[in-house]
Amino acid sequence: MNGRDLVFASIRSALGVNGREAPRREAVADRLREHPVGVVPRRGHLPPDQRVSLFADMVTAAAGSVTRVSAAADIPSSVMEFLRRHNLPLTVRRGDDARLAAVPWERERTLELTVGPSDGQQLASVSYAFGAVAETGTLVLASGADNPTTLNFLPDNHIVVVDANDVAADFESVFARLRARYGERQLPRVVNMITGPSRSADIQQTLILGAHGPRRLHVIICD
Amino acid sequence: MTHEATSPQFKENAHAALADVELQRSLEVLETNFIGRRKQVADKLPEFDALRDAARDIKNHTLAHLDLYLEEYERRVIAQGGHVHYAVTAADARSIILDICRAADAKLVTKGKSMIAEEVDLDDFLTEHSITPVETDLGEYIIQIRHEMPSHIIAPALHLSKAQVESDFRRVHTNLPPDRNLDEPEALLAEARAVLREKFLAADVGITGANFLVAETGTSIIVTNEGNGDLTQTLPKVHIVLTSIEKLVPTLEDVAEFLRVLARSATGQEMSVYTTLSTGPRRPGDPDGPREYHVVLLDNGRSAMLGGQFRDMLRCIRCGACMNHCPVYQAIGGHAYGWVYPGPMGAVLTPSLIGIDKAGHLPNASTFCGRCEEVCPVRIPLPKLMRFWREREFERHLSPATVRTGLAFWAFFARRPWLYGLATDLMARTLALMGKARGRFRWLPLARGWTDQRDFPAPQGATFQAQWRRHR
Repeated sequence: MNGRDLVFASIRSALGVNGREAPRREAVADRLREHPVGVVPRRGHLPPDQRVSLFADMVTAAAGSVTRVSAAADIPSSVMEFLRRHNLPLTVRRGDDARLAAVPWERERTLELTVGPSDGQQLASVSYAFGAVAETGTLVLASGADNPTTLNFLPDNHIVVVDANDVAADFESVFARLRARYGERQLPRVVNMITGPSRSADIQQTLILGAHGPRRLHVIICD
Repeated sequence: MTHEATSPQFKENAHAALADVELQRSLEVLETNFIGRRKQVADKLPEFDALRDAARDIKNHTLAHLDLYLEEYERRVIAQGGHVHYAVTAADARSIILDICRAADAKLVTKGKSMIAEEVDLDDFLTEHSITPVETDLGEYIIQIRHEMPSHIIAPALHLSKAQVESDFRRVHTNLPPDRNLDEPEALLAEARAVLREKFLAADVGITGANFLVAETGTSIIVTNEGNGDLTQTLPKVHIVLTSIEKLVPTLEDVAEFLRVLARSATGQEMSVYTTLSTGPRRPGDPDGPREYHVVLLDNGRSAMLGGQFRDMLRCIRCGACMNHCPVYQAIGGHAYGWVYPGPMGAVLTPSLIGIDKAGHLPNASTFCGRCEEVCPVRIPLPKLMRFWREREFERHLSPATVRTGLAFWAFFARRPWLYGLATDLMARTLALMGKARGRFRWLPLARGWTDQRDFPAPQGATFQAQWRRHR
């Protein structure tokens, strides 16, 4: 027997089953098909505007920063403001995301924008989130041709734009949207759920921001 | 050089730990940083206890259908272009990983934090086969350069002070100028970050663990704060997920429940910084990500645990809350337990994995105060499971002769309640009389284990049973 057979045989012998029992197979098939929702905290279940406020508060509590803009046209100035505040070069790298491509970046003439994944040389990147979770202040980013994963981790400063409409009450709502977009039993290659900037407390249990990932996380909520 | 289990020397280890001044100072943070913060975030979530029940039920359901969920999981991984490997033993896991590394012509391997990698002692094995493994979690990196085992499952370098870390960095990072200031943790982190950034970019293979595997989608999930796991799995051309069969959960909705209890129980965060769901290798058009995605599923005795008294232990999600709250762990730290898993969860798991003959001391190192069970996010009855091990140890005649004689002596009286009452009453009176002057004893025959460390208070009157009869 190979390793796979041995592991399955051992599991089945311990459980006293043969794997062909109809009720067991149905229980598993039902659960995977119906993916029932369990206990969901009430915390995020608020009217839309308060929900977005809770999200912003939770991001701040996780040591991220937040600005709210009323239209996509205000994104470039918000990015500039963040870069200037932290005395950073006026350069950002972004993915090929259509929503980011549609932003009128030309409004900020001094902002240099490059497109593509990160090779570790960039100081700041901007991504567009698939969604967000108010419950914990978590951003949800989906990888793909237009959204390089490296932009989320290699640059020191990560700016993430999220539509206010995409800020959900809970994780379950975002998972349901992922299913609607990518199909049942499918996910994009990587889903990054990000709650605040990178940190470590491994040296004498002292919390420090910016361990291996970005030391700053800036969220732009777009109404 | 491999890590030998020192669990058989638990008593000596514990004595050494109690006398270790630096360790004792390091352990002080458990109260403030872990116990305090967990309580704060748990109190802020009214549904916390209901979520713990839900998490327990999900694991119980999954374990009862583990063969079927594994099949579903495997099918999804393969459909996405990934590979699934089964390792019956630790040696199998090591050789599967070596084969993948060799096929990729790997020289340098970066590693995210993985307790399974510790369990199979992967780093030393790769080194012996001319592959350089680099731990990238800061705590794991520190213990790797010290060639130690983790002293805590989520805070591997908990036992060390910043001065100890500084001296290790100066020893290993030989190009460090002697006048470079490394007094503060920030400076030490910056140094480690710079060294490890180069490794991330140069690595041929990245190995991570997994906190959860999702049957619905064939997804592996890591939960981290540093982002090292993500760089480990994103940059090299091959990503290996080294994990074990009990990490499986059915659906994404089930994952949501675990995410809500995991970080809160572990670090007292509402949510860890990075929760990453990975499904297969790089897809057409992807500008980054690994070209190969392998999952190595370790059994190593777990499937056998499904059938016996220790099945509950397979619910464990490795949050570390049980050790943070354990008075024994708080007093001696993790290394005294002598192997990979310390604290109450280790006291139950270690005998299953390396044998009760070697790890017999661990389930005995408990006051049965019950705090571990009180805080466990998946409600594992840890004291009960430790008791099962004590019973097995006794049945197999592994307990020392003094313990067996003592128990036989006690059992003789316990089976004769009238005699027990008489004897304890007489003893209480005698001790009360003898200790009248001081109110306590500095020394008692057959009780040096107690009186060497602290005084024994003299009884103040009748026995508990006698008082109970009076007050009832």
